[in-house]
Amino acid sequence: MAETTTYDVVVVGAGHAGCEAALAAARMGVRTALVTLSVDKIALMPCNPAVGGVGKGQLTREIDALGGEQGRNTDRAFVQIKMLNTSKGPAVRALRAQADKRLYEDWMKVTLFSTPGLEVIQGEVASLDVSRETVRGLLLADGRRVRARSVVLAAGTFLRGRVVVGQRTYAAGRVGELPATLLSASLERYGVELGRFQSATPPRVDGRTIDRAGMILQPGDAGSLGFSHWERPRPRTQLPCYLTHTTARVHDVVAEYLDLSPIKTGSVSGRGPRYCPSIDRKVINFPDRDRHPIFVEPEGARTHEMYLQGLTTSLPVFVQEKIIQATPGLERARLVRPGYAVEYDYIVPQGLSSALGVRVVDGLYSAGQVNGTSGYEEAAAQGLMAGCNAALYALGQEPLTLRRDQAYIGVLIDDLVTKGVDEPYRMFTSRAEHRLLLRHDNAAERLSEIGHSLGLISDEQLGRVHAESALLERAADLLDSTRLRGGERTDELLESLGTSRLTESQTAAQVLKRPQVSFRDLVQMIEGPAAEWLAGLPGDVVDRLAVRAQYDGYIQRQLAEIGRLKATETTSIPDDIDYRALEGITVEAKDKLSRMRPMTLGQASRIAGVSPADVSVLMLYIHRIRASQTSRTEGGAAAGGVRSGRPS
Amino acid sequence: MRSSLPASAGDTADAAPAMGEQETIVALSTPAGVGAIGIVRMSGPGAAALGSVIFRPATGLELGSGEAGRLRYGHAVDPETSVVLDEVLAVLLKAPATYTREDVVEVHCHGGPAAQRGVLQTLIRLGARPAEPGEFTKRAYLNGRIDLAQAESVAAIVKARSASALRASVRQLSGGLSTRIVAIRAKLVGALAQVEAGIDFSEEDLDELDRDGMLEQLLLTAGEIEDLLRTALLGRALEQGVRTAIIGRPNVGKSSLLNALLMRERAIVSEIPGTTRDTVEDLVEIAGIPLHLVDTAGLRASDDVVERLGIERSREASRDADLVLAVFDMSSPPGPEDSEVLAGVDPDRAIIVANKLDLAEGGADQARDQARDQARDQARDQTPEHARDQARDQTPEHARDSEIDLDIDHGEALEPDPVLQRARRSLAPLLEATGVSPDRWRVRAVSSLTGQGLESLRETIELIAVGDHGVDLDEPMLATERQRLLVDESLAALNSACEGLASAKPDELIAEDVRMAARSLGRITGEELVPDLIDEIFRRFCIGK
Ligand SMILES: Cc1cc2nc3c(=O)[nH]c(=O)nc-3n(C[C@H](O)[C@H](O)[C@H](O)COP(=O)(O)OP(=O)(O)OC[C@H]3O[C@@H](n4cnc5c(N)ncnc54)[C@H](O)[C@@H]3O)c2cc1C
Ligand SMILES: Nc1nc2c(ncn2[C@@H]2O[C@H](COP(=O)(O)OP(=O)(O)OP(=O)(O)O)[C@@H](O)[C@H]2O)c(=O)[nH]1
Ligand SMILES: [Mg+2]
Repeated sequence: MAETTTYDVVVVGAGHAGCEAALAAARMGVRTALVTLSVDKIALMPCNPAVGGVGKGQLTREIDALGGEQGRNTDRAFVQIKMLNTSKGPAVRALRAQADKRLYEDWMKVTLFSTPGLEVIQGEVASLDVSRETVRGLLLADGRRVRARSVVLAAGTFLRGRVVVGQRTYAAGRVGELPATLLSASLERYGVELGRFQSATPPRVDGRTIDRAGMILQPGDAGSLGFSHWERPRPRTQLPCYLTHTTARVHDVVAEYLDLSPIKTGSVSGRGPRYCPSIDRKVINFPDRDRHPIFVEPEGARTHEMYLQGLTTSLPVFVQEKIIQATPGLERARLVRPGYAVEYDYIVPQGLSSALGVRVVDGLYSAGQVNGTSGYEEAAAQGLMAGCNAALYALGQEPLTLRRDQAYIGVLIDDLVTKGVDEPYRMFTSRAEHRLLLRHDNAAERLSEIGHSLGLISDEQLGRVHAESALLERAADLLDSTRLRGGERTDELLESLGTSRLTESQTAAQVLKRPQVSFRDLVQMIEGPAAEWLAGLPGDVVDRLAVRAQYDGYIQRQLAEIGRLKATETTSIPDDIDYRALEGITVEAKDKLSRMRPMTLGQASRIAGVSPADVSVLMLYIHRIRASQTSRTEGGAAAGGVRSGRPS
Repeated sequence: MRSSLPASAGDTADAAPAMGEQETIVALSTPAGVGAIGIVRMSGPGAAALGSVIFRPATGLELGSGEAGRLRYGHAVDPETSVVLDEVLAVLLKAPATYTREDVVEVHCHGGPAAQRGVLQTLIRLGARPAEPGEFTKRAYLNGRIDLAQAESVAAIVKARSASALRASVRQLSGGLSTRIVAIRAKLVGALAQVEAGIDFSEEDLDELDRDGMLEQLLLTAGEIEDLLRTALLGRALEQGVRTAIIGRPNVGKSSLLNALLMRERAIVSEIPGTTRDTVEDLVEIAGIPLHLVDTAGLRASDDVVERLGIERSREASRDADLVLAVFDMSSPPGPEDSEVLAGVDPDRAIIVANKLDLAEGGADQARDQARDQARDQARDQTPEHARDQARDQTPEHARDSEIDLDIDHGEALEPDPVLQRARRSLAPLLEATGVSPDRWRVRAVSSLTGQGLESLRETIELIAVGDHGVDLDEPMLATERQRLLVDESLAALNSACEGLASAKPDELIAEDVRMAARSLGRITGEELVPDLIDEIFRRFCIGK
């Protein structure tokens, strides 16, 4: 690294957020560097060995559709994959893969090092170089200076990180890793507001010492499932997970040592996630439950370590051993890595723009756990967006934001910047009001156009998406034009599915509207070459056909709602608006709006404490100043003596 | 424009952009029924200062001294002239524990209206601004003291057209409506949490969704929403008044009916057909419901330009009306002009009034009916509010009649009253010509001249205006159209969810409908769905890996 180099984008941290950010920026063709504490710990998975799940899987699909790496990298590294929620409906269906952690890291590292225009640098970033509220570069703890037009902060759990196990606490970003002790102070100096969160992980045991016979086998799905829309995953033998449950005896052990739990001793002060409670917390909050599930998951193909999902705790290690040994199937299990909690600084995300830019410092972006989220998918999604936006900033171009009706990524970022966080934020599908539109199966259709315009999706890839859309249309036309006429076979099948026989002929599309009839059932009722052609359609086209048929009314309703909202979503709020002088909105709303300065009415409407009535007042106000500005310019022209051509 | 008031700080502020709650507002509020005592109430940052400027304590205890919220005795004095305005009790209530969440000063005047006005005007001269209607409540809302539904009720109060409308609005304000909607919505969010937990946390081993149990639960909730919706009819009637058009061919006695219902001579009545040339409107209260009566020009073919315009307006009035009183003259057989009257009229929102009952044959019943009506009218005159109840008590015979009448609604065959049967018979060809079953038309026979049958007509009006659930003004009700639409939307979505549960619709669609149902209700009270939902999921289920 020469003293004189100025990078367009410098990314701090090679976690899931940082890797996506660096790859996106470099692939957009700008000079990019990735600075991280240890080049041996790239894209490390410090918690569960899995990518995806309900809500999160959709995020990974979206990252992939935009040209990000997480989906492809997971496909290379998984040891098991399955589709979740198959019975609950196509929109909430999601993939989840168990990853070989080491393989995941290795593949990501290979990708980083083979991406042109991207340099990887080991070092601790100590402070930001900012002048006139604009970022100029970074200072490393070893004295090196890195010059940059824009910076993406993806520091994860490392800022003033502190590990807690039982009574013992010490400074660390994660167990076995250095903390970033200096950077927080630099952020605070430039007016970036920080908060403190906490997160914990369960113990890992040696797979050779567990009794699989006493547990329920959890295999993956057969077939060729994969996250990436662009590459088929290489076939492989999948590894199973196992399910066991805690017992009253386990709960007794927890209760007996509860006094030593950081919850009670207060040695953990930051807020932790509710969806990821420690076993201590579960025993306190749900005393009536006599058991909780424990999923035993492989950490990889080249290690015997097994992850105990459900036993998250930072109780002292000897208690962790007692808990494990009280659990059926784990009686003789040997502890390899103790569970622990980590506490860290996060950037209060209301201080960010929708482009993930830090408002008080131009050119500074932030992404991932450091923004108050948790999870690899949430981190990667933000990393991709922040990386793109940092590159766009360096190129002097308009920022990229996704709408809530366009992507879970849009929901994620909008939630963060408008509502803020009071616990580490995780994606749930229920956070998306347009869930039926934001499906796993249509991610490419929704987003690859945008990825292409950024240069992250190739012409060839986009061509494929268009071809698939065309195929979908052809199939839909075929279903519309194929008439089913009842008859013994069809009626028998319909009745066996619990629906009525055909009293008059119907199109195949109409029959598919019946919730009881699956696409595969339908194909059986059709005769001739059409049936064959339909049977050969790829799975995601089939899903999309079924959704079209069965969800039409609902989707129309959501589209109508989006149409209704569009006016507020696209109405921009003048930068110089003085909320304090605005009559008719609540004091709380004034306060929130003045602090957060939303860019559009839509954003304003989602700020907690801003009611629909406040939004209508704001809307009126905006229309009024627009109107008065127009009339003033007209009036001004007249006063200036300019002839108006019109007779007056 | 407040040109009649002396120049004040308030007036200057008017020209500058309004500064919201920075101003101190003042208004006179006189508790009903307490003639001499009037309270001058002030709210805003300047209230305490202005209060102590005009209040001169008699006991040495200054306003706001000692224990908070204590009334102090003394005099209201004009500080510039030192003239004593009145003998008063005054109190300073400190923010935020007040209705507006601002400092509030109340001055209880004892010297009658003139003294009250004196205090008020002095305060205005010193810089307070006269409050606009509803402004105290608006501030309460703006300062987060009350919620949206409550605030909307305030708007309804300000616009209230009748005493009972006012009472109903006051109920809402106390949070009755919010409480009820919040309770229903909480049930929906609870149900939703069950479906959503199964979707978002399917990897945990939660129990399968109990679809039958959920269906049962949602049907009950749908019932509650239906009840709420029924109150909307009344709420709307109270807020906006029931627009009631009186239509019919010339000379059937429309203007006479208007006058009879108003109990005063409002419209010109004459035996010349075509007397009324344009619509005549007025307000009257029937069983607590404000009725907006519109008398119209008689409907007939006419060459007169003015009359034709009037007739056009009549048609318009009948189209716009919530309720149509279609008047016919039962003393003579229906003529060709009568046949046009019912065109386009909705039988569910109309009453056929067979007028001139006194002239019709069958005068035998007449005396008895008249006596009964008189008794009733007397009862009404004594206590207008309880007219109906008392009339019932005093004339049990009538009460029975009218109840049967109400129950069977429009059934002709069972109609006990020979007069009505006669009216129906004479109108039968007209009713049949409407294409709607004649039984569906409500018919009432009256005499606008003698007042006979009017009471029964009033009851029928009430029935149509507010439904057969009667008027219970103490029930919380939906006051505005916006609220009603949202509740409607909620119910439709909930019904769709129930259908979905009964058929094999996937969970995500059930969730979609229940969400919609909960969100619509939340829009009334201004509550957001997702945070509540997520809280509920974590409260109910042990989620977590
Ligand atoms: C103990 C623990 C428990 C967790 N539990 C869960 C869970 O239950 N569920 C869940 O979804 N997620 C959990 N996670 C979180 C999940 O691991 C993270 O969400 C995800 O890894 C975040 O990715 P990231 O890219 O934002 O940050 P990280 O993966 O933390 O990466 C941050 C990177 O930044 C580098 N870095 C930091 N500061 C500097 C600096 N000053 N200079 C140079 N480099 C720096 C670090 O070296 C690291 O490479 C847990 C994490 C931990 C540590
Ligand atoms: N006996 C009797 N006469 C009535 C009654 N109602 C109205 N009349 C008389 O009928 C005549 C017409 O009455 P109006 O009220 O002016 O009739 P209208 O329908 O308003 O007539 P236009 O305005 O001309 O359309 C008047 O002479 C009334 O006194 C009634 O109930 N009994
Ligand atoms: Mg008239």
